[in-house]
Amino acid sequence: MNAGPTEKLAVEVDSLFGDYPLDQAFDEMREANGDVRPHYRALAETLARLPQEELQRRKQSADLSFLTQGITFTVYGRDEGTERIFPYDLLPRLITAQEWDRIERGLTQRITALNLFLRDVYSDAKILSDRVIPRELVYSCKHYRRQMRGLQVPRNVYIAVVGSDLLRLNTGEYVVLEDNLRVPSGVSYMLTNRRVMKRTFPQLFHSYGVRPIEHYAQLLLATLRSLAPEGRPEPNIVLLTPGVFNSAYFEHTYLARQMGIDLVEGRDLVTHDNIVYMRTTDGLKRVDVIYRRVDDDFSDPLVFRADSSLGCGGLFNAYRAGNVTVTNAFGTGLADDKAVYAYVPDMIRYYLNEDPILPNVKTFLLSEEKQRKHVLANLDKLVVKAVGESGGYGMLIGPHSTAMQREEFARQIEANPRNYIAQPTLDFSRAPCLIGNHLEPRHVDLRPYILFGEKVNIVPGGLTRVALEKGSLVVNSSQGGGSKDTWVLEQ
Amino acid sequence: MLSRVADSLYWMSRYLERAENTVRQLDVTMGLMLDTSGTSAETRWQRLIASLGKASRMEWNGDLDAMARTLIFDSLNPAAVTFCINGARENARQVREEISSEQWQRLNRLFHQMHSQHAQAQFRSSINDLLASVVDGIHLFKGVSDTTMIHGQGWQFIRLGRYLERSYATATLLEVYQPELFQVQEQDNSGYQYLELVGLLRCCTSFEAYCQVYTADLSSDRILEFLLLNRDFPHAIRYCVDGIRDAIESIQRSGGRRPPEELTSGIGRLHAMLGYTTIGEILAGDTGAFLHTIREQCMRIHELIYRYYVHYSIQSALAI
Repeated sequence: MNAGPTEKLAVEVDSLFGDYPLDQAFDEMREANGDVRPHYRALAETLARLPQEELQRRKQSADLSFLTQGITFTVYGRDEGTERIFPYDLLPRLITAQEWDRIERGLTQRITALNLFLRDVYSDAKILSDRVIPRELVYSCKHYRRQMRGLQVPRNVYIAVVGSDLLRLNTGEYVVLEDNLRVPSGVSYMLTNRRVMKRTFPQLFHSYGVRPIEHYAQLLLATLRSLAPEGRPEPNIVLLTPGVFNSAYFEHTYLARQMGIDLVEGRDLVTHDNIVYMRTTDGLKRVDVIYRRVDDDFSDPLVFRADSSLGCGGLFNAYRAGNVTVTNAFGTGLADDKAVYAYVPDMIRYYLNEDPILPNVKTFLLSEEKQRKHVLANLDKLVVKAVGESGGYGMLIGPHSTAMQREEFARQIEANPRNYIAQPTLDFSRAPCLIGNHLEPRHVDLRPYILFGEKVNIVPGGLTRVALEKGSLVVNSSQGGGSKDTWVLEQ
Repeated sequence: MLSRVADSLYWMSRYLERAENTVRQLDVTMGLMLDTSGTSAETRWQRLIASLGKASRMEWNGDLDAMARTLIFDSLNPAAVTFCINGARENARQVREEISSEQWQRLNRLFHQMHSQHAQAQFRSSINDLLASVVDGIHLFKGVSDTTMIHGQGWQFIRLGRYLERSYATATLLEVYQPELFQVQEQDNSGYQYLELVGLLRCCTSFEAYCQVYTADLSSDRILEFLLLNRDFPHAIRYCVDGIRDAIESIQRSGGRRPPEELTSGIGRLHAMLGYTTIGEILAGDTGAFLHTIREQCMRIHELIYRYYVHYSIQSALAI
């Protein structure tokens, strides 16, 4: 008897996976018994039907597209050819409408609470008087800015641009790993990935019904405009970059061009009488809104680090006077401190009187003696992180560490317990990637980009970051991570 | 437009113009060295270096191959072609959002070409091919700049850089050649003199254009007249000065800010020097001093552009 077309295809889909391993970690594409999840079926069938050479040809054409568009990030420490292509994977990550709905509601709730927290801490600090969060935890945070006390920010929005990192546990549940409230990056890769993928798999993209993300730059511009100081109906909006040597410089130029605004460096700005101007060929031009991609520390040498040449002297005073909006506001790093993170569910309950929709990852606070003892006894099983770092720096991954590294961390924890937290080593979800000419699972996270102006706005999807090295749990681009296009389905 | 951006575009353009000029002069000089005219390679090399503005660390050491290699590839020597192309690209990289993708890709390709093994191989096998391909790359960039960029202030600053650099370079070249151009009194029939004159014209890609205007009858007076006073040929100084004036006027029109008296009168003086003087008058006077004045005026215009558009003081800007 001849196999019907459906059975034949099923065989081809099976052969696609070869010895693709499945274990207790959640696989985005396959269920525990090996079946392809319903929403991934069309992708699996497309892959099974495509001849190997055709797949490789599409991969090459996508590579070339990234190259010629100059989608690069800067690698430090080499004098020539300092730009590198951002690695990416050809297969999209799919998220169903139902899953997305939960993520969207959860993030909206979380960002609203975080913003209320910042406003509270920098004004009446009720949450501290009510002893929901320990006072010393907030005031010992290195990103707390006393200069922000009692300062009114436009629309009370402290965090206009956020990129939260989500993981998926082996139950399939999404959890929040961290909130990036300072200067989150990577959104340009989300946008360019989509452009390339639309060209690489046009029919598949069409048949899936994917929600669009291309309007992100427009939404960002509208968000920035909504935060302009009062009485400036046609605000002059600029993007402040640290300059050509910053690792995200490509993104800065990309966003400035997409929004049609000027890309300025600190040396382009001057302040006079608490008004910020930029130097143009037509003389000085007043600046109303600054989308800041420079850290607090480097923004104003008169208020923050005096040795910084990236910012503009007098910027903070102009900001204080309400003559210019700087976003994100200064001091927002307080709320993404990894120890303060542990209290976000409490903030949600305290300010919104709701239960958190997206849970946190279990976090041990090392400033508390009982928890510290537990952590020090179990360093080989846990992940330890410095509270104020990002980008995968200052981290100990217990199961992958040597005894010497553990000793070193134990010493540092004893010396400064407030500076560290610990979390269980998470077996977060994996998605299939095209490695060579076959599929292999790799760990992935998800960074949706959230905009907060008149209201919270999240473009469906975000950047799926991939730990491209086999078995690796680190997805940061500075540490060998890549990315995938993320498709949020209409249905 | 941001002052820093205008500055980058201006220098991107100047660097490319300088690279092209260096390539052309090197090509011509090496061509002339093939003929046994009695002029030594050393003399020719010194003349080349003098007309490139007395580049430092380029003293003749007897090894033409090594000298040419330095002049093309040394990315640490400000006179070298690669140095200029690096400079142009670095300036472009800082204003990626202002220039078109096509411009960036062209310039990026030229940059990578200069740093490739292929360029080294070409240098060994056929230096002419290498030089021709560099000039091609620059021409493509200019073409793409004219067709893919908004002809606003940014584009005008690119023109400003190009014409200022060209006027200055041509004036320098003529100043170096000028004494020997009029040395030969009696008719020289050996043909070497002819080759020298063709070489001078080819340094400014103007041999064919000259022939169209004056026929192939080459004379020192006419060559000087052509390269100084012609109003229609893009490498003639007068044409370039018209371009500078036009660019400044366009910048003023789009920005609504009047350039200072000093700047307009500086350009006007240069324009008058070239527009209302005959070659006879120039030759009757001190030709060398005349050429030298042109160079000085160019430098002065450059300084004024800087003082007015880029490095102005905040006090002066607030006072307006």
